[in-house]
Amino acid sequence: MSTPHATNAASPTTAARWQRYVHGHHWRTQAEEFDGCKLGFWLFLATEVLLFGGIFCGYAIFRVLYPTAWAEGSSALDWKIGAFNTAVLLVSSYTMAMSIYCIQTNKISRARWNLAVTFLLGLAFVILKLALEYTPKWSGYFFVLDPALHHHESMIVEGKTAFFGLFQFVEGYGGKRPGMLFTYPFAVDPQVPVWWAIYYCGTAIHAAHVLIGMTLIARVWHLAGKGVYGPTYYAGVEITGLYWHLVDLIWIFLFPLLYLIH
Amino acid sequence: MSGYGHHGGSYLESKGSFWTNVVDWATTVDHKKIGVMYLFAIMTMFFFGGMAAIAVRLELLEPVRPIQDAAGAIVGVKGQLFGSSDAVSLEAGNNMYNVLFTLHGAIMVFMVIVPSVPASIGNFVLPLMLGAKDVAFPKLNLLSWYIYVVGSIFAVCSIILGGVDTGWTFYTPYSSSSWLGQPKVVLMVLAAFILGFSSILTGLNFVVTVHKLRAPGMGWFDMPLFVWGIYSSAIIQVLATPVIGITLLLLAFERFTRIGIFDPALGGDPVLFQHFFWFYSHPVVYVMILPGMAIISELIGVHAHKKIFGYKAVAFASLGIAGVSFIVWGHHMFTSMSETASMIFSGLTFLVAIPTAVKVFNWIATLYKGSISINAPMLYALIFLFTFSIGGLTGLPLGTLSTDLHLHDTYFVVAHFHYVMMGGTIMAIIGGIHHWWPKMFGKTYNEKQAMIAAVIVFIGFNVTFFTQFFMGTRGMPRRYASYVDEMQIWHHISTGGSLILLVGFLWHLFVLVQSLVAGRKAEKNPWGGLTLEWLADSPPEEHNFPHEPLVTHGPYDYESAVPYHWDPKDYPVPAENLKAAGAH
Repeated sequence: MSTPHATNAASPTTAARWQRYVHGHHWRTQAEEFDGCKLGFWLFLATEVLLFGGIFCGYAIFRVLYPTAWAEGSSALDWKIGAFNTAVLLVSSYTMAMSIYCIQTNKISRARWNLAVTFLLGLAFVILKLALEYTPKWSGYFFVLDPALHHHESMIVEGKTAFFGLFQFVEGYGGKRPGMLFTYPFAVDPQVPVWWAIYYCGTAIHAAHVLIGMTLIARVWHLAGKGVYGPTYYAGVEITGLYWHLVDLIWIFLFPLLYLIH
Repeated sequence: MSGYGHHGGSYLESKGSFWTNVVDWATTVDHKKIGVMYLFAIMTMFFFGGMAAIAVRLELLEPVRPIQDAAGAIVGVKGQLFGSSDAVSLEAGNNMYNVLFTLHGAIMVFMVIVPSVPASIGNFVLPLMLGAKDVAFPKLNLLSWYIYVVGSIFAVCSIILGGVDTGWTFYTPYSSSSWLGQPKVVLMVLAAFILGFSSILTGLNFVVTVHKLRAPGMGWFDMPLFVWGIYSSAIIQVLATPVIGITLLLLAFERFTRIGIFDPALGGDPVLFQHFFWFYSHPVVYVMILPGMAIISELIGVHAHKKIFGYKAVAFASLGIAGVSFIVWGHHMFTSMSETASMIFSGLTFLVAIPTAVKVFNWIATLYKGSISINAPMLYALIFLFTFSIGGLTGLPLGTLSTDLHLHDTYFVVAHFHYVMMGGTIMAIIGGIHHWWPKMFGKTYNEKQAMIAAVIVFIGFNVTFFTQFFMGTRGMPRRYASYVDEMQIWHHISTGGSLILLVGFLWHLFVLVQSLVAGRKAEKNPWGGLTLEWLADSPPEEHNFPHEPLVTHGPYDYESAVPYHWDPKDYPVPAENLKAAGAH
């Protein structure tokens, strides 16, 4: 935004697209339209909270019904991966907020860099989830540093490691998808598959939301490059930011419930 | 003000060739066109759901019984109207019946009654009543229509594949274990899931519209009661539907991957499913009835030409019902909870009766000394008062724990909710369709024929469902294709009533089609209404009003304001009333 005429909205040829933005014909003013969009999106966020509310409610009820299964299941997760994922998302929330600030102050290129970093951190989250959590569990590997496995050392087959030695193969653990057969020979509690059902549903639906959020971020990154957003018009970025923060917030609840408390 | 200043043509005006018009309607963001498209989609589904209902009633003319040989082994099935003719087990004989009542329930609940009033009449009338040019998010509005169609297509695919027999409630473990490996149950579950999104988006759109797009001069308590009703139900749609979303999603996951969440065989908890299901489905009962009540408030106010009695009480009753709706879900599952929980839910359930009764009494008080025009909309308002009151009062013995233990899962329950849902919402929407028909299509309908049809519907409805109260108290359980001989006479009467009902609906269809084809041009304000939609043309122009309307009187100030487009000579307002209104 180097041109000094950028603030002159009356000049349609030199003005950026955000300066030429015309609000929807059924709104009285652009400010009213922005307010309406935000109200609508907050309502949508309420529906998201209620959607995840079902998972959290199921978690709470099964936790009361099957406390030992819950203790056993959560001790089989590694809190370090979860903590790392939390850090990734928290930083991405910061860059997302920064991108809105940059748009408001007309630093479009910095805003786009922030959006790009947010996108990449979201990607990192999904890759971590798939590569370090889902795939190894389904193929019979366990995270080496996992303290929960110390009492199952006899099950670990020496010499079979994966991912630069990060994982070790566990006999009888492999090849089991979540579901009827998702358990392992050393499962003490017969209800432990229910724990895995809640774990997989909660984290998978959350990961799907991360992917949706990434799509929205890619979209506003692209539009910001075309000059659509600026200090007086940035509804798309604001709403994407709201969504991203909610996705972050849900993980902040999922992380302690699944990984930290046993 | 952008967009005003030119007088556009009617929104129904042809845009050119046939295909130009098809594309125009398919891509329209005009709330009026979307409302009309919803109306047609919903009426189509109403036809299918109604056909399933007729099939259910016909099947019940004869009980399904096993044919036994001398040794007592079952060699065949008799009394079976639908389904495979060579059925040799009782299960096979009952299967088709189970499919039919599931189809009827799922279609009528998810595809007809839930979206019926808000998405069709609400979409059309709400922005007009607020003096707005459109709903807050017009593209989202179109999207929600397409989502509705996609959801309905999922349901139709499930039906083509043979249909499901889980009941519309999809209770586990029926729904998590029947027909595993076949897609039809998942298709029906996903249909309800997708339709839920359509419902959420419509509700969200309406909440924002009401908050942000009221015309200048229209405060919250200057809104028509229709808007209050739709607003209250929109809040429920937004806050309750996500819970059924996650429930059905988990159910679909459970079927695909055999994880255990709701199925006891996999370690899950079926009662949890019931809690989740009813946490949505009870509030949604009020999504079904609140817009119906919203219509009735308009019909009674306009056709009695009298200020609605206790405006604020009726408005707050809508919000009160919406609030209470979230804390009474447990009364659907008295038998699967602890005694304490059942008692608490039973007590809470009675709270619903208070705002509901406030509304009914206020409507009756409005009619008192009103200048009542008897026409099809008013007739339906009166039918509503009669049938809905029966539905509401028969809810009390079902909410009472001791009597419910005897009545639950009988035809008494079936009769009760049909009196509320059909005697309430469906009667209201038919009345509403006639009330706003001149506005929607700019044509008048044949009043006399419509009133005859209304009487036929009223008779058919009561013959069909009042008999079911008797059946229920005599112990006829719901959802069975078979019954003892003494029930047959009741089933015959009920089936006869359903055929009368069919005649009534077809009669209505004929009247409305005749109006579209050969109706006279309607006036702008045929009933003398004071709400803003009667200020617009019939049918309204593309952006609803030539100028942004300014609200100068309340929606029901019949004693102090002359209706839009009416000559003051035809509607003399006493001078002292005018002065009082001016002082206000």
